[in-house]
Amino acid sequence: MSANLAALLYLASGILFILALRGLSSPETARQGNLFGMVGMAIAIVTTLFAVNLDGAGIALIVGGVAIGGGIGAIIARRIPMTAMPQLVAAFHSLVGMAAVLVAAAALYAPEAFGIANAVGDLKGLSLFELSLGTAIGAITFSGSVIAFAKLNGNMSGAPILLPARHMINIAIGAFIAVMIAFLMASGGDAKTAFWLITIAAFILGVTLIIPIGGADMPVVVSMLNSYSGWAAAALGFTLENTALLVTGALVGSSGAILSYIMCKGMNRSFISVILGGFGEDGAASASAGPQGNAKQGSAEDAAFVMKNAGKVIIVPGYGMAVAQAQHALKEMGDLLKAEGVDVAYAIHPVAGRMPGHMNVLLAEANVPYDEVFELEDINSDFSNADVAFVIGANDVTNPAAEDDPGSPIYGMPVLQVWKAGTVFFVKRSLGSGYAGVENPLFFRDNTMMLLGDAKKMTEEINKAMG
Amino acid sequence: MEAVDPTIYRLAIFVLAVFVGYYVVWSVTPALHTPLMAVTNAISSVIIVGALLAATAGVGAPPPVDGEGGEGFSRIVGTIAIILASVNIFGGFLVTQRMLAMYKKKER
Repeated sequence: MSANLAALLYLASGILFILALRGLSSPETARQGNLFGMVGMAIAIVTTLFAVNLDGAGIALIVGGVAIGGGIGAIIARRIPMTAMPQLVAAFHSLVGMAAVLVAAAALYAPEAFGIANAVGDLKGLSLFELSLGTAIGAITFSGSVIAFAKLNGNMSGAPILLPARHMINIAIGAFIAVMIAFLMASGGDAKTAFWLITIAAFILGVTLIIPIGGADMPVVVSMLNSYSGWAAAALGFTLENTALLVTGALVGSSGAILSYIMCKGMNRSFISVILGGFGEDGAASASAGPQGNAKQGSAEDAAFVMKNAGKVIIVPGYGMAVAQAQHALKEMGDLLKAEGVDVAYAIHPVAGRMPGHMNVLLAEANVPYDEVFELEDINSDFSNADVAFVIGANDVTNPAAEDDPGSPIYGMPVLQVWKAGTVFFVKRSLGSGYAGVENPLFFRDNTMMLLGDAKKMTEEINKAMG
Repeated sequence: MEAVDPTIYRLAIFVLAVFVGYYVVWSVTPALHTPLMAVTNAISSVIIVGALLAATAGVGAPPPVDGEGGEGFSRIVGTIAIILASVNIFGGFLVTQRMLAMYKKKER
């Protein structure tokens, strides 16, 4: 295949990837978009296979590699529960990061194979710079994603781990990486040790960057690592002089960056303050002031009675619903209410759950039609017309202190105004504070009734009481 | 005027693609942000292109001029990278498909 034809095909695959993301603007076009993505990937792979020289061993390695990796991927994709999607995405990011490191290493050791060696078999300085960036960002993505995975999967506590002088440590590692990149470039690619030092330092940096970030900030972290994996791919797109990789890297990089921005806005935090980490400590101090007043406790029967006789019920799901796997019971509750003639809607806060769009997927899994599910800005004005707000496993995103208490650590964060509804039901395991460690004054209001217990069991009891 | 370094053209493609990405991603409905992350994961595994080059290093080529012979190493890490990227490609696209199949409209 001619190099020009190959370049055009890589361009086609890049465009198909753009269309894949474009499809996600609506659930109706999304499936077609995903198909475009698959076709784009197939074109890129087939084009490369035509461009390289294959021997028997090469074919065996490629077919074997794709079969092993593809088989594992297909099994995971089929079996993974929807509640575990944040962990899965973090794990996938780590693989992209590691692949970037490996490809950068191969490009350094065998530049001829990538067509980027000069007449004496060395790499030019610019290529060395690009592949150093590729391995550094890839390594940060890998180790950062492993930490994010461990935190999301519960192998590691979600609490921030704060090293002394952690900002200085990070700056020092960053400076070391920069010096080593310069050293590698100056050596014309012969200083292989410098490459490995860059990679190892970046692995460490990935860990030190992510461990101080607490559980509540995980949606930002996952989005940020998504972005990093894109920039790593783009850096190698420059090294490999490949349009498909360049375009994809740019798309994924900006996608992750936008999602991080949306998540930060949803928490009224600056991106910088999230990466610097440590959120949750100051809040914990103010929460120790203890509960102010008495919370009213209700039973499943009370909730069933009130909701059955309501005109409109808005359900507000949060991470607690995901943990308890309560989405199916919740959908059943919605159906029972609808059978009673009650208008049912779902309200989703942008940072509900552990990754962007987490709640929407879980509700979709439970067969809740997507046109009953609304984003914060579309539904917030409806709470005043609702008879009941049913908050299940959410807390901070409904906290009125974000609007009226300038002293609160979450002051200024956009919240769902559930308190404007006639009655607020809170399904929670205890009266404790949320992930941000902030007391929720809503628990002690007159029109609030606490339903203490496991989200799934409580919902099932309500369903029984209604039936 | 001297010829423009091809890297500049690649930089142009990259910068324009960042802008395309910016506008396309803002048009994604928030309800589909999780599938968006899964599918961006899958497409960023197009890095498999580099892995394929690495895994076939040295095939049919004259011995490298510098005689360093990093081809064996390149083929090993390339194959590992193929496995990792394949997990992502298949896993990413299939899990996206599974998620998207769940989004249904209200029956009327």
